[in-house]
Amino acid sequence: MITIRDLIKILDAKVLCGEEKLDEEVRSACGSDLMSDVLAFVKDKSLLITGLTNVHVMRTAEMLDIHCIIFARGKIPPEDVLEEAKELGICVLATEHTTYVACGLLYGAGIPGTSKRTGA
Amino acid sequence: MADYIIRDSYPVQTAAYESAGDASARIKRKLKQLGIDSAILRRIAVASYEAELNLIIHSHGGELIMEMTPKSIVLISKDVGPGIADISQALKEGYSTASEEARDLGFGAGMGLPNMKRNADSFDITSEVGVGTTIQMGFQIA
Repeated sequence: MITIRDLIKILDAKVLCGEEKLDEEVRSACGSDLMSDVLAFVKDKSLLITGLTNVHVMRTAEMLDIHCIIFARGKIPPEDVLEEAKELGICVLATEHTTYVACGLLYGAGIPGTSKRTGA
Repeated sequence: MADYIIRDSYPVQTAAYESAGDASARIKRKLKQLGIDSAILRRIAVASYEAELNLIIHSHGGELIMEMTPKSIVLISKDVGPGIADISQALKEGYSTASEEARDLGFGAGMGLPNMKRNADSFDITSEVGVGTTIQMGFQIA
């Protein structure tokens, strides 16, 4: 089982909020800056790797029950976005790696993608 | 007499990007409190959020309506225009007429209508140019 805590080591990431979620399991992941595509592809217990730092990332995560978001390329979201994450109980990490490298490292560590579309 | 037990309406303003997702979040939280299964709830939330985004990005304003009966939940998206000239084209994945502003926010990938259709158990869309668009999506809960 891979937990959010494991991701910190794999990605050399720091925790921006949601410390209490670190022992939750991660079953699949999705890397995208396009929330429309995230809405079409994400499954349960997913994490999202993105470079988009606006509040819509949190709203999209809320709809999909995404419990962990990793901001790539050293991006740190604005305070109001982090506040929204705290309110929604979403764990937020930040890594200096690019989205491509972060995805590769996580895939290599055994976290599968969300290749199949959601819904019926 | 209507046979639903709950009927809520949420107005959605055109270009209200700041509050995009508010109506869907309220619907999701309410249905969660009512004990709707989380997998079904996620499908409803995605369909609702896509519909809400469409109202914001494309419509002249409208509303999201959630009707619940003991057996099903129906989401209705109703707007006052501009209407869709070619529905079959709008239903194609990747086809989008979204503005640059919407795309900058991470939307407008042309996945909205197909994604609503895929997540709902039933999907019906009617539209008339100059009048408006109505989308009705059904979800079985029992």
